[in-house]
Amino acid sequence: MQITADHVIKFIETITMRVKEQRDYLTQLDSAIGDADHGVNLDRGFTTVLTKLPSVADKDIGTILKTVGTTLVSTVGGASGPLYGTAFLRAGMASADRFELSVDDLAVVVEAALEGIQARGKSTRGEKTMIDAIGPAVDALKAARAAGDDLLTSLRKAVAACQAGMEATIPMLATKGRASYLGERSIGHQDPGATSAFLMAQALLEVLEASQ
Amino acid sequence: MKKLINAPEQVVKEALAGMADAHADLLKVHYDPDIIVRADAPVANKVGLVSGGGSGHEPMHGGFVGKGMLDAACPGAVFTSPVPDQMLAATKAVSAGKGVLHIVKNYTGDVMNFEMAAELAAAEGIEVASVVTNDDVAVKDSLYTAGRRGVGVTVLMEKIVGGAAEAGADLAEVKRLAEKVNAHGRSMGMALTSCVVPHAGKPTFDLPDDEMEIGIGIHGEPGRTRVKVGHAADIAAMLAGPILEDLPFKQGDHVLAFVNGMGGTPLIELYLMYNELNKILTSHGITISRRLIGSYITSLEMAGCSFTLLKLDDELTKFWDAPVLTPALRWGC
Repeated sequence: MQITADHVIKFIETITMRVKEQRDYLTQLDSAIGDADHGVNLDRGFTTVLTKLPSVADKDIGTILKTVGTTLVSTVGGASGPLYGTAFLRAGMASADRFELSVDDLAVVVEAALEGIQARGKSTRGEKTMIDAIGPAVDALKAARAAGDDLLTSLRKAVAACQAGMEATIPMLATKGRASYLGERSIGHQDPGATSAFLMAQALLEVLEASQ
Repeated sequence: MKKLINAPEQVVKEALAGMADAHADLLKVHYDPDIIVRADAPVANKVGLVSGGGSGHEPMHGGFVGKGMLDAACPGAVFTSPVPDQMLAATKAVSAGKGVLHIVKNYTGDVMNFEMAAELAAAEGIEVASVVTNDDVAVKDSLYTAGRRGVGVTVLMEKIVGGAAEAGADLAEVKRLAEKVNAHGRSMGMALTSCVVPHAGKPTFDLPDDEMEIGIGIHGEPGRTRVKVGHAADIAAMLAGPILEDLPFKQGDHVLAFVNGMGGTPLIELYLMYNELNKILTSHGITISRRLIGSYITSLEMAGCSFTLLKLDDELTKFWDAPVLTPALRWGC
């Protein structure tokens, strides 16, 4: 099984649905340690992305992902706009002209996205951000690939690692972003960015499982 | 929560429409991307000044667009950084070939979005310099946080640097002056009540009736301590103390004292707080030679105030006194 451009379109549509469903939950997580706008901002961004998808439906995966990236940069604002925008732009650059991705390709694309986020946010693991969910997912994807797992098995392992990473943000002390102003008071809350990153990983698995 | 709005998602656009009509002599509003631009922009032979940030801090920044201050402002959603498209559109609208300065408050989102916009503007051949304000002494441990927040000094910087740009200073000079203002200014704020973000519809934080938050940010971010409400004199001392120690301000200094309302505090209380600040500074041998009192960098309907002190010299005083004609500040014109 390979990831097709059609899967990628469905992946983005699924993210949009999940973000809308979880909008208030994400905002609630953000009100505990941030500024109560994560769900609202992502929902606004992906709702706009949805209107752009028909124009790239027959294009390569790189074009689709780059369109998602530029649209998020243009509509989300806050910190998550540049971060997710850069992630999708870098993922799009890593999948330029491709209509199918293997599990090997997926690892390269997701790692490119992660590097984009780290560069834009000048952040690393352990600072209570989305990187703490995406980093372990990339590790799991690479390990599964090395072990010779197929695409679905690899992705299931990556999503499980992503979830564990997300949950591991709860006891962390935030040292980046607005949550860092809380200092010790940021401990005990799950990071909203790690949570939205997990929703996205889950959306990809959901699409691929449904198309089996 | 009761608010004078139609729908949360329309608040920014509808307020912009009001500003556009009310101040048509000073500014123009462009939509999608949303920017507020000085009516006569681009002004020939002048460095362009662009700022922006989340909405909800009015009159900052849109109210400071006009002669002698900003050339353009980029309003984001309430408490959300604007997007690079806005800063890029604003930068192009005010670029007269002498370069453009971005004035950015130190918040993660604002910094990243302005960075992306500066990269895009550079790709289009516009020379952009940036300065980040970070004057909030309430953030103690800058190493383990996103750094100090940009607050009251931003207003003073926009005025002073605006005066210099209007007088013909080049981009390097304007940037130097902006950095000097940031280096010489310190702020700290406090809240008596929370603010209510329109799309959230409920208070951002809970503050019991008899308590106040010392060191509050302009989005309701927590401060240094939460204590029982005391007399104005004690509150003034709690704000002024950390500011004076931090620069530090010394006996013999001349300062600009900025007593700012957070949005829900009446002017009579701000004057009362100014009076307290004046007593404290006098006792330290510090002279207030310029002052600004009013609600200029707000946090929606939050009740409370902030103090900003800027150590003045002849250069800063000269550009503070220079003529300004904007919706929120006007003198000498």
